[in-house]
Amino acid sequence: MSRRFTPKIVTANRLREGDVVYLTADDRWSPFHHEAELIEDEAHAQMRLLFANAQKLTVVGAYLADARPGPNGPEPTHFREAFRTRGPSNYPHGKQADLAN
Amino acid sequence: MYSYSDFDEAFVRARVAQFSQQVERRLDGSLTEDEFRPLRLMNGLYLQLHAYMLRVAIPYGSLSPRQMRQLAHIADTWDKGYGHFTTRQNIQFNWPKLPDVPAILSALADVQMHAIQTSGNCVRNVTADHFAGAAADEIADPRPYAELLRQWSTDHPEFQFLPRKFKIAITGSPNDRAVTKAHDIGLRMVRNAVGEPGFEVIVGGGLGRTPMIGVTVRDFLPEADLLPYVEAILSVYNTLGRRDNKYKARIKITVHETGKEAITEMIEARFAELRPQFGGADQKLLAEIRQAFAPPAFRNAPTDAYDAFYRADPVFRAWADTNLTRHRNDQYAIVTISLKAHGKTPGDATSEQMRLIADLAERYGHSDLRISHEQNVILPHVHKSDLPALHAQLVKAGLGTANVGLLSDIIACPGMDYCALATARSIPVAQELATHFEALKLEHEIGPLKIKISGCINACGHHHVGNIGILGLDRAGVENYQITLGGDGTEDAVIGEKTGPGFAYDEIVPAIERILRAYLDLRLEPAETFLQTFRRVGMEPFKAALYETERTQDAA
Repeated sequence: MSRRFTPKIVTANRLREGDVVYLTADDRWSPFHHEAELIEDEAHAQMRLLFANAQKLTVVGAYLADARPGPNGPEPTHFREAFRTRGPSNYPHGKQADLAN
Repeated sequence: MYSYSDFDEAFVRARVAQFSQQVERRLDGSLTEDEFRPLRLMNGLYLQLHAYMLRVAIPYGSLSPRQMRQLAHIADTWDKGYGHFTTRQNIQFNWPKLPDVPAILSALADVQMHAIQTSGNCVRNVTADHFAGAAADEIADPRPYAELLRQWSTDHPEFQFLPRKFKIAITGSPNDRAVTKAHDIGLRMVRNAVGEPGFEVIVGGGLGRTPMIGVTVRDFLPEADLLPYVEAILSVYNTLGRRDNKYKARIKITVHETGKEAITEMIEARFAELRPQFGGADQKLLAEIRQAFAPPAFRNAPTDAYDAFYRADPVFRAWADTNLTRHRNDQYAIVTISLKAHGKTPGDATSEQMRLIADLAERYGHSDLRISHEQNVILPHVHKSDLPALHAQLVKAGLGTANVGLLSDIIACPGMDYCALATARSIPVAQELATHFEALKLEHEIGPLKIKISGCINACGHHHVGNIGILGLDRAGVENYQITLGGDGTEDAVIGEKTGPGFAYDEIVPAIERILRAYLDLRLEPAETFLQTFRRVGMEPFKAALYETERTQDAA
């Protein structure tokens, strides 16, 4: 039996700024992980990744990352993805500062 | 300092124009990311975790005050007001936006700088002893050779698509401060039996996934043979290097798989072919380059004020004891400005600090600046009478930390705070180690110690050659830190030994404390360094201190 599919989100970096973004169910790129579409089905995940990869003038390096449902929307399960939602730990730079308000 | 020729200037400007067009074509969709990636990497532009990162070469670690001010200007205009100096004598800007990169490269070209060959499978920025031209133990200044190598390797048509990246380090002193034995080619200046200077040529060193100390393929290479010999090595590697497997593509694997004798023979055979083709133009060029590195006009003045201040002021004395190195001129000192203030990010300087350092270099340092692979800034020529004034101004700017060569003078790669390849964070581990031992007031008691931290197996933080090395890994989705002991990056280079199982993020600082408390108990006298103690007693007592305490705690 094949392994059970773990839920995923599609994430990438913006082409111009390099900022981390997440693909939403309504085809937007959001800076917020909790706004990402949580994908529970493998075939759908591949379709969404193809869609993301086609956005060549918007994002770069799209990939599927593990996530889990949370009270406000999808949450990262791996620390690397958790860091990507915030920014570096040595300065208040990146999302933790840009999106504070 | 070397100044660009018309040819250099035209070449760098042409590259800026070329890359500007490539960025434009990427932004309008004419180039796909797959097409653009190799082009941006050739120009030092990476895409990291949170943003793009631009890596700018500081050839052999030498900078003028004007260049340092321009780096500050770039940091303020297109980045977040700081820069990160790296273990390869580069500076990295962590937050550039893609459309701004052409303007940044143009601003760099204005001060004879560039980001060419700071990435990709080519000959990277040639690194050198950061005390070049100043050190008391030096045979000859390695920078003219490094500049010759830079010019030769830049856009060299034969070596733009090597099996893998290629790093050359050079030192003009028998005491190796450039980690030459852990480079693809290490060049260590030595004298032959009749006293002529030349190079010991070391090939196939490297850290990363498969750490290896380089092997000596030539005990003595006359300096006139440098370029044809280096070209012969590259040529053999270019033919034999494993392009089929990224993890076996570095020259260290080629040397290992071919064998020292066989590869030495191949290099010598290729050298015999190449040598006659070098008709002396390289030596003429070297002679011209050498003029650019003539020593400054040293001042002849009394140093009594320095001696008096040294006796009177304990804070100054502490700094002088750790941050000064003997200069070839007795009236002078080599000053290391620590970019390792306790709790700060190793290797980071704010734009304000960069400007101050540039001013101080002009006022007190014959306008010469160096970046060390240990991520500090060097003023190589300061008259001793100027040291008290210099120190006072450094202290005011947060640059007066007296810790060079001590525990908190940590090398740390950017780790998972920035790097897309990282498997764990390094910077916060360095910050916590520094502040923890500062609070315990143990740093000076522990004495000389090199801690080096990498956030992944690629070992940008040189952890294998740290007296204490820390490697951050991802173990089942959790940050885990593996410790190595006994590494050494000098002319007696040794790869450190693993202690055993790794430690979680919140366990790593206490683990290092156990090792260091064991050292304090084990050492025969305060003058015996950590490395000397480790070499005398071996791994076992440290293992016991590290793991048995843990077991006792578990049982309690």
